[in-house]
Amino acid sequence: MATDVETLTFRQGGVHPAEHKERTSGLPLEVSEPPAEVAVLMVQHIGAPASPAVKKGDRVSKGQLVGEAQGYISAGVHAPVSGTVKAVEPRIYNVTGARVPAVVIENDGEERWQEGLNQPRDAERMDASHMVEAVQECGVVGLGGATFPAHVKLNPPADTTITDAFVNGTECEPYVTVDHRLMLERTEDVIDGLRLIMRMVGAPNGWVGIEMNKPDAVEAFGRALADEPAIRVVPLEVRYPQGAEQQLITAVTGREVPSQGGLPLDVGCVVHNVATTLAVREAVRLRRPLIERPLTVTGDGMERAGNFVERIGANLGDIIRRQGVREGTNQIILGGPMMGIAQGTSEVPLVKGNNCIVLRRGAVVPPQRHCIRCGRCVDHCPLGLMPGEISIACEERDWDAAVELGMLECKECGCCAYVCPAKRRIVHLIKFGKSELRRRRAQRKEGG
Amino acid sequence: MEQTNADMQLLVSSSPHVREPDTIRGIMWQVVIALLPAVAMSLYFFDLAALKVYAISIAAAEAAELVCLKMRGRPLAHAADGSAFITGLLLAMVLPPGAAWYVPLVGGVFAIAVAKHAFGGLGNNIWNPALAARIFLQFAYPVQISLSRWPAPRVLWGAAHDVVTAASPLAKEGAAAPLSYLDLLLGNGVPGCIGETCKVALIVGGVFLIARSIVDWRIPLFYIGTAFVLTWLLPTGAHARAWSADPVYHVLAGGLMIGAFFMATDMVTTPVTRRGRIIFAVGCGLIVSLIRRYGGYPEGVAYSIVLMNTCTPLIDRWVRPRIYGSTTPKPVPREA
Repeated sequence: MATDVETLTFRQGGVHPAEHKERTSGLPLEVSEPPAEVAVLMVQHIGAPASPAVKKGDRVSKGQLVGEAQGYISAGVHAPVSGTVKAVEPRIYNVTGARVPAVVIENDGEERWQEGLNQPRDAERMDASHMVEAVQECGVVGLGGATFPAHVKLNPPADTTITDAFVNGTECEPYVTVDHRLMLERTEDVIDGLRLIMRMVGAPNGWVGIEMNKPDAVEAFGRALADEPAIRVVPLEVRYPQGAEQQLITAVTGREVPSQGGLPLDVGCVVHNVATTLAVREAVRLRRPLIERPLTVTGDGMERAGNFVERIGANLGDIIRRQGVREGTNQIILGGPMMGIAQGTSEVPLVKGNNCIVLRRGAVVPPQRHCIRCGRCVDHCPLGLMPGEISIACEERDWDAAVELGMLECKECGCCAYVCPAKRRIVHLIKFGKSELRRRRAQRKEGG
Repeated sequence: MEQTNADMQLLVSSSPHVREPDTIRGIMWQVVIALLPAVAMSLYFFDLAALKVYAISIAAAEAAELVCLKMRGRPLAHAADGSAFITGLLLAMVLPPGAAWYVPLVGGVFAIAVAKHAFGGLGNNIWNPALAARIFLQFAYPVQISLSRWPAPRVLWGAAHDVVTAASPLAKEGAAAPLSYLDLLLGNGVPGCIGETCKVALIVGGVFLIARSIVDWRIPLFYIGTAFVLTWLLPTGAHARAWSADPVYHVLAGGLMIGAFFMATDMVTTPVTRRGRIIFAVGCGLIVSLIRRYGGYPEGVAYSIVLMNTCTPLIDRWVRPRIYGSTTPKPVPREA
């Protein structure tokens, strides 16, 4: 690894867990066979759920809208295959574990695109609002896991000025290597996507932030951007959570996203990860809806690891059985091990936010002891919180204390629990605290 | 052989799914390891007298730990986490080598049963258990702790300084002659509590813990630094002894080093923030300097730490890190 390169990083906290990327970082992306059946959830983004636009028995084309966005902060969902709607029924949303409406489509194998989609068009003649509409039409959401609708970020309010647009190529979660592969295999397309984003938001500066455990990607972008003064590649220290929007912005610009609900646009920034940038590009240039996504399939429970492009709605169980599940596997994590969700069943449909499947053998939850006040969680919190104290307030159901300590600022990055020698379930308690608070506030609203 | 879905028992748990290997048990036993050089030196200097105190103190602490865990319905395996062992060990290290058998016995039980478990066990105690017990013993057995004629330590070289010696080189009265810096640093013929006399061994152990990120360097640095500056600058009284205004002597004599590296750094009883720990350590240095300069006791390390332990919840309430992205001043903590 090149160590002589000067790297930037965020100011406080963070950890460096074992990366586990070497197994898949050298494996090119493979496009998987489309599945015989897909289940397209109406909820696979932050915001209002989509509403089914088709019914049982309908014939659908590839890319056809099957779930309509409800309101502005929402995203449409599209048919990943051509075929027949077999059912509109509840399926498990792998982020929350709840059952949500899904359009189940039987693949006819014809791969027939809907008329007008997946056609090159002259993006140079499109204005910003037209491009944003294309992104919205194609149902693009943040593919790093947060799944915030991309068109909202790309259409900042009139009174804000965006100066800096970022491609987030940090990929700081262990195991995940898809953005790394995309940066190597589609360098020019990523840069093209960033240029389109800069045009949409009117940003004069473009940045590609890459952690220095991917020196080949840094080099590829350095070469490709040699004659492009407006866009710079920024090598970043390998330090989790370098890829959290706030940390990336601070590392590169020195600015801090305001607390209490502030957004990157408040400090003139817009951040998209690599896969999202490519999806934005394809929406604008090709009018191609988001119907597939790259994901890493790995972990010591996986027989054949790799990076694959899978259709949205494919069944997780089919993918891991295809790649081979080793004996002793007892945990399936969707996403990375720091923030990913452990699944209760392998029979869940993929959604837009799934970037990685980690199969683990012999996973255990370590027994928990009382907090010994070592302060490591405080030292490692990238947001300057006192996570241990918040978790104790949550345990005691003292919601006022939890909020006063900054519970709602927490992004659940997991650094606190990662370093905790008492093995306290700090993130679990904070998640519980937030959901309890939400529930109680909703109740109060209803009651009053 | 590949698994079918049916025989996969899936573990569902909250993120993060990976953890650093450090555990409470690991931390505690590393502290014990860090204390071993000082323990070894003390066995050389004080011989079987010290061994007896160690054995009784540790046995009393571990026995009390087992009984309290049982009474509180906690797993008895916690008695092997090293925390009670450290308490027993540290208590012995701050007792006189000639202490009667019941002194470490009562002390070990008090430390664990009263100072630790009565407050809710590991993580909930307000005071460092070993020091709370040391202070309790000082009141319970003043003759044993303060006035007894302690056995003279063995020397590394040269003649023994005195057959019968005063409690501490910091004693304000008595016959103890001032010792050289080198003797104080090595503990060569230096009278004092069992584990406090060999400063080199304590520093080695302290540096090990700092390197292992178990001790925050800020505490020993600011504690010793504050004591150094204040014993240097604070005006001395008319009857002060020759070394009274010598900051180096104050740092090297008595219990400051063991206190600064091993007592004031106890995780449970010190603030959780870095700034809070600095305030804590400066407070310890201030109190120990005032006691040594103007108080009736020659020492003051135990009191300084226990008094600042008492302030720890307050420090944690008022000294919080700045939350990322916050522009307004921190909200004033509400009343509990």
